[in-house]
Amino acid sequence: MERATSERMGARAGSRGEGFELGGRTWRSRLIVGSGGFRSLEQMEAALTASETEIVTVALRRVDPAARGSVLELVDRLGLFALPNTAGCYTARDAIRTAQLAREAFETDWLKLEVIGDDRTLLPDAVELVAAAETLVADGFTVLPYTNDDPILARRLEDIGCTAVMPLGSPIGSGMGIRNPYNIEIITSRAGVPVILDAGIGTASDAALAMELGCDGVLLASSVSRAQDPVSMARAMRAGVEAGLEARRAGRIPRRRHAEASTPDAGVPDLG
Amino acid sequence: MTIRLNGEPVELEPGASVIDAVAHTGADGSARGVAVAVEGEVVPRGEWERTELREGQSVEVVGAIQGG
Repeated sequence: MERATSERMGARAGSRGEGFELGGRTWRSRLIVGSGGFRSLEQMEAALTASETEIVTVALRRVDPAARGSVLELVDRLGLFALPNTAGCYTARDAIRTAQLAREAFETDWLKLEVIGDDRTLLPDAVELVAAAETLVADGFTVLPYTNDDPILARRLEDIGCTAVMPLGSPIGSGMGIRNPYNIEIITSRAGVPVILDAGIGTASDAALAMELGCDGVLLASSVSRAQDPVSMARAMRAGVEAGLEARRAGRIPRRRHAEASTPDAGVPDLG
Repeated sequence: MTIRLNGEPVELEPGASVIDAVAHTGADGSARGVAVAVEGEVVPRGEWERTELREGQSVEVVGAIQGG
């Protein structure tokens, strides 16, 4: 009994206590939260705190003198790491220029690289993505590419020298969850760099599934920022990531087509 | 002298530099989170003051927003 208890506690320490390596740094949280979509900075602050995230994505746009408050000031004040993205870039050239601006603005060479193909699907443009990643890695960036759920493309990005690969579960903001768990599992089983499920998360069970499939982390935005109660959903996502990681490590039972009794047949009393 | 600042024509004094363009946008140029490109090329913060602008140049001044 005592031993079982200490093993359980060990498992808990394993999922919460140990760090997660990404880009040569150790993080306590495996949840990365996008700052887009929150109704106010106050709500964002409460949700980020509830999520216990350490990394928050931010975007770059033309300065708007009318804008109230600063997302960067908030992220800095909370002691979190602002990860710039290249959202809205359709070509390698645009993404590279945006990356250079982001490096200058945020004083970091970390980058969530996004190169999308069209504004209806927001799906990555694989050809432009690979071209941008090659240039940016060579230029010293720590590149975290948003990519398709394509194991071959993921491997190409890893071979180029990307720090992680971030396959989508389904289109950005769709909340459709993980549409091809088999591909995600192929990616996680073969990757030599961290795999972060990026895009498509709708609710906490999607985040848990990502971790059960072997992902090292989850990046989400709309599912929290546009939830009816972002703070509760942030807490749920944190718990989902932790539950999924622990379940993955625990080793689930195999799926069977028929029942397998957990109660022994022997010793059933004859009750006439 | 007229330049294009974040897509809009803007009148600046002859001899104006990047730092003047940043000030014109209302951005706090002293704070982290602002970057500038002139004709698509990034101008590092340390060079804003000495980088003079020329008639007709396109200047983009960008800052952090919520996203991603």
